[in-house]
Amino acid sequence: MGRTLAEKVWDDHVVRRAEGEPDLLFIDLHLLHEVTSPQAFDGLRMGGRPVRRLDLTIATEDHNTPTLDIDKPIADPVSRAQLETLRKNCAEFGVRLHPLGDVEQGVVHVVGPQLGLTQPGTTVVCGDSHTSTHGAFGALAFGIGTSQVEHVLATQTLPLAPFRTMAITVDGELPADVSAKDLILAVIARIGTGGGQGYVIEYRGEAIEKLSMEARMTVCNMSIEAGARAGMIAPDQTTFDYLRGRPHAPRDADWDEAVAYWRTLRTDDDAVYDHEVRLDASELAPFVTWGTNPGQGAPLSASVPDPASFEDAGERLAAEKALEYMGLEAGRPLREVTVDTVFVGSCTNGRIEDLRSAASVVEGRRIADSVRMLVVPGSVRVALQAVEEGLDKVFTAAGAEWRHAGCSMCLGMNPDQLAPGERSASTSNRNFEGRQGKGGRTHLVSPQVAAATAVLGRLASPADLSDVPTPVEA
Amino acid sequence: MEAFTTHTGRAVPLRRGNVDTDQIIPAHWLKKVTRDGFEDGLFEAWRKDPQFVLNQPQYAGASVLVAGRDFGTGSSREHAVWALQNYGFKAVLSSRFADIFRGNSLKNGLLTVVLPQEDIERLWALAETDPTAEVTVDLVGREVRAGGVSTAFELDEDARRRLLEGLDDISLTLLHEADIAAFEARRPAHKPSTAVA
Repeated sequence: MGRTLAEKVWDDHVVRRAEGEPDLLFIDLHLLHEVTSPQAFDGLRMGGRPVRRLDLTIATEDHNTPTLDIDKPIADPVSRAQLETLRKNCAEFGVRLHPLGDVEQGVVHVVGPQLGLTQPGTTVVCGDSHTSTHGAFGALAFGIGTSQVEHVLATQTLPLAPFRTMAITVDGELPADVSAKDLILAVIARIGTGGGQGYVIEYRGEAIEKLSMEARMTVCNMSIEAGARAGMIAPDQTTFDYLRGRPHAPRDADWDEAVAYWRTLRTDDDAVYDHEVRLDASELAPFVTWGTNPGQGAPLSASVPDPASFEDAGERLAAEKALEYMGLEAGRPLREVTVDTVFVGSCTNGRIEDLRSAASVVEGRRIADSVRMLVVPGSVRVALQAVEEGLDKVFTAAGAEWRHAGCSMCLGMNPDQLAPGERSASTSNRNFEGRQGKGGRTHLVSPQVAAATAVLGRLASPADLSDVPTPVEA
Repeated sequence: MEAFTTHTGRAVPLRRGNVDTDQIIPAHWLKKVTRDGFEDGLFEAWRKDPQFVLNQPQYAGASVLVAGRDFGTGSSREHAVWALQNYGFKAVLSSRFADIFRGNSLKNGLLTVVLPQEDIERLWALAETDPTAEVTVDLVGREVRAGGVSTAFELDEDARRRLLEGLDDISLTLLHEADIAAFEARRPAHKPSTAVA
């Protein structure tokens, strides 16, 4: 019987297979950041163990880093201590680090791909659940805990329990105003936050094949929000074109050999998935979340649902609690929900195409007086590219704040946070209670919706914008 | 890792589904660089509510958390496991766990047990009507016993053995050094390297 893409990559990394034990898999690339690594380095020190493969390990600073005044000492002493711990650990063990201020610094899942380190058919891990991002290249990439970070540092392998396979096939073409973010939010709403549990999802079909690499990363990034172990997309010419010439992409004869291998990384015609889901891209529309988990979403044209409409008692209770936390009442049109803050950035939507999308919406317009808009590029390289294209000027002319690279308001470990009760439209990945700051209320949206929302001061898509750049009172 | 064989303690009924790791331990706690001292951060936002189940005196000192479906979703932060353990929990029972959280828990000796939702409901009712009722989570016999009823649970044999014996995963893997070295020797040259040319 044929094999799926995920099974092929898995099989190519089995170091040891024994009856009654999990397969021991080799890890091609280990990404580190300051939050989930300190206890792992402590473990190495206690065991007297070195990092086995420094040449497969790289670190960056992202979660704690400020997005203002980066040339000054970090104000929060605890954040500063955590970053200093990473610097000390990397120096002691010899790990390559891109600290704040370095041209290669940025969100770990933006940095790996842009350096060309994320490649098809590799295994990629990081102590961060959004490692699923790298699956966009046909890599088997997943988030791990700190104990596993230590395990990979020490052995470059992981014992891993078997997975099930799921195909999510998206037929047809996405409408012009619908982005990869809308697509993945719709997928999560369909299968639920636990729907992917135990699965590696492969996204396929015409609509997926037509996505750019960056859009594919947005899709795979949020696989974890459906509970999946990983998300993958088969590599194709789009993937190869993105990789060619990047600093760590293979060169010369290695390139040809690599591409020949990468072309084999397609699910065989006779392979069978454990579960299949089909969507029609042409039926998708701009999508937003109304609740406190990423599965609680609806098309922007819909209204806040009535909890009583949920058949499952658990979902009904969850919806009730979500509406209470979000300060929303059933039946209110989503387009009438006003927001205070708009955040454009994160490993989900902090790449150059995302910034271009948002900029194209606010260009020549002003954001609403009542709205604070933060634009946080995913990496220093993304920021430099944006400046070269003049996007920073477009944002600041519209009244938005142009910041330095990092995770920022996606999880508010740095000073970029929502105040209690404050409401955001955010291009990030989680709308959990308090995620963006204690008591903050988050609506997950695409960059286009974020930008239109900033202009109107209420949840909106670019189609809602008239040429008059004045905010509409909701 | 501390071995887990069997544990008996009182239960806390957490009637919530989709308890994500941001609720278990909010991000600002993740700045700590140790594995301990997270107990005050556990469910920090919910604990501000005097009615929250952990604030009810009858559940003080309980060590078995009985939670709704999809416990531990979201982030990969192992701090969520440490926070539960630092607070005093030895086992968490739910009808479904997020994968990364479950892996993290088993690596730290926090036993996560999957039970059918009807058993979770029964344990909630038991803990609510009689907060002094004891629940036994028996990894040797692979069953949960409470209120005169016992329910069998599954756990893959390898994970079970590691927990029962409190084995160190890294030492076990390093027994296969020769296999790792052999794999490294046959890796293709085109694979990525972080080394600066």
